[in-house]
Amino acid sequence: MARVMDGNDLERAIRRIAHEILEQNRGTSDIGLLGIQTRGVPLAERLAMVLESIEGSPVEWGSLDIGMYRDDLDRRPKTELGETSVPFGVDGRTVILVDDVLYTGRTVRAALDALADLGRPSRVQLAVLVDRGHRELPIRPDYIGKNVPTSRTERVSVRLVERDGEDAVIIEAGAGT
Amino acid sequence: MNHFLTIDGVSRVELEGLLDDADEFVDVLHRPIPKVPALRGKTVATMFFEPSTRTKMSFEKAAKALSADTMSFSPGTSSLSKGESLKDTVLTVKAMGTDAMVVRHQSIGAPWRIAEWIQQPVVNGGDGAHQHPTQALLDALTIRQHFGSLDGLKIGIVGDIRHSRVARSDTQAFARLGADVTMVAPRTLLPVDPTVFPAEVSEDLDEVLGDFDVVYVLRVQAERGGASLFPSLPEYTARYGITKERFARLDPDAIVMHPGPMNRGVEIEGAVADDPRALILDQVFNGVAVRMAVLFRLLGGEHDG
Repeated sequence: MARVMDGNDLERAIRRIAHEILEQNRGTSDIGLLGIQTRGVPLAERLAMVLESIEGSPVEWGSLDIGMYRDDLDRRPKTELGETSVPFGVDGRTVILVDDVLYTGRTVRAALDALADLGRPSRVQLAVLVDRGHRELPIRPDYIGKNVPTSRTERVSVRLVERDGEDAVIIEAGAGT
Repeated sequence: MNHFLTIDGVSRVELEGLLDDADEFVDVLHRPIPKVPALRGKTVATMFFEPSTRTKMSFEKAAKALSADTMSFSPGTSSLSKGESLKDTVLTVKAMGTDAMVVRHQSIGAPWRIAEWIQQPVVNGGDGAHQHPTQALLDALTIRQHFGSLDGLKIGIVGDIRHSRVARSDTQAFARLGADVTMVAPRTLLPVDPTVFPAEVSEDLDEVLGDFDVVYVLRVQAERGGASLFPSLPEYTARYGITKERFARLDPDAIVMHPGPMNRGVEIEGAVADDPRALILDQVFNGVAVRMAVLFRLLGGEHDG
């Protein structure tokens, strides 16, 4: 088990992503952040708070659950749906999807389908705290907190104060290694 | 959860989980394109051995909103009328390829029997006077949407409780979710043994009416022999009908519900049914959402075991 990020690292990564978002987009008035359930949601909220503190005006954010859009429903344990709450109009906006870990890309594919059912954003960007590689789909993040090379057997878990009582990114050896 | 046959034995956490999912499906149904791909490639067969329009349509709409395909079976046009057995009918439909069956049958226990014959999930769409679990879910969802929670609410279920699968399932669900339930009916329409229900009993509607947050009006079921158990329909209406006059004596925040189909002028007066505090059409709308939640729970994930 290895801690690859602690609380300070997380905070710095979120701050840097916020500045990159501001560089890539003119201001924040056309931006809406959508955190992917579950740990993308507190990350989207934190990003929105940092953006607001830099820009001085509130930034729209919400949550997106992709449970109804997965392509691997038959292979996953049953879980309850999380809340989808999008308190802003998606049409014509720059929507930034926010997630904790980018791995195969299948979650993001499902999120793009879910988003398409909600409206037609002018642009969609992707922000992730950790990119661990092993993509199975042509999906690439626009903003990355940290690149963490892993093997497929390892488990990357992001822990957030809001849900887990601490901020950390931990790599654990998976079963069979 | 491999089947959804009864409210009996379903925990509060499980009920609330299904209602939480149903809330998400309510949002989906309000979208411009009310459809998600969750069950693409799955087939749901609706097997209604007893006539029903609304429940069958509701399940079919739920399946389609989840992108599942539907097949339906109706006894009037089927080989049941040519003498085919229930088991042969079920195995025939299974052989065509179905991933779940929704069953309504006049005989108590039929959905359980069918669940023994096939490996696929079975949903009870109403068996005799026994259970109608998705009705209980949609009623609980409607009450929860209105009041935020069922905890501590006083709910009166009025009418033919003895012959009502709705009353049985609803009483169990409401009580498990924290409500105080009172069954109100003439003795002949109360359960033979009311003590098996988690509810109080009253034969005098006017005495208890003012206490209720929810008045749940049951249909007079002439087809189940209900009408022979009280002197006349006008007398039933006089003592147990939700008339305008009784409606006026309800708590001003109380709501009225009815599972349909209504006998206007018998158990509920037309003006009451059309009042904004009668949530009858909300119940119908929520029926689609809770059936989506049940089908999604049964089919949208790997099977237990």
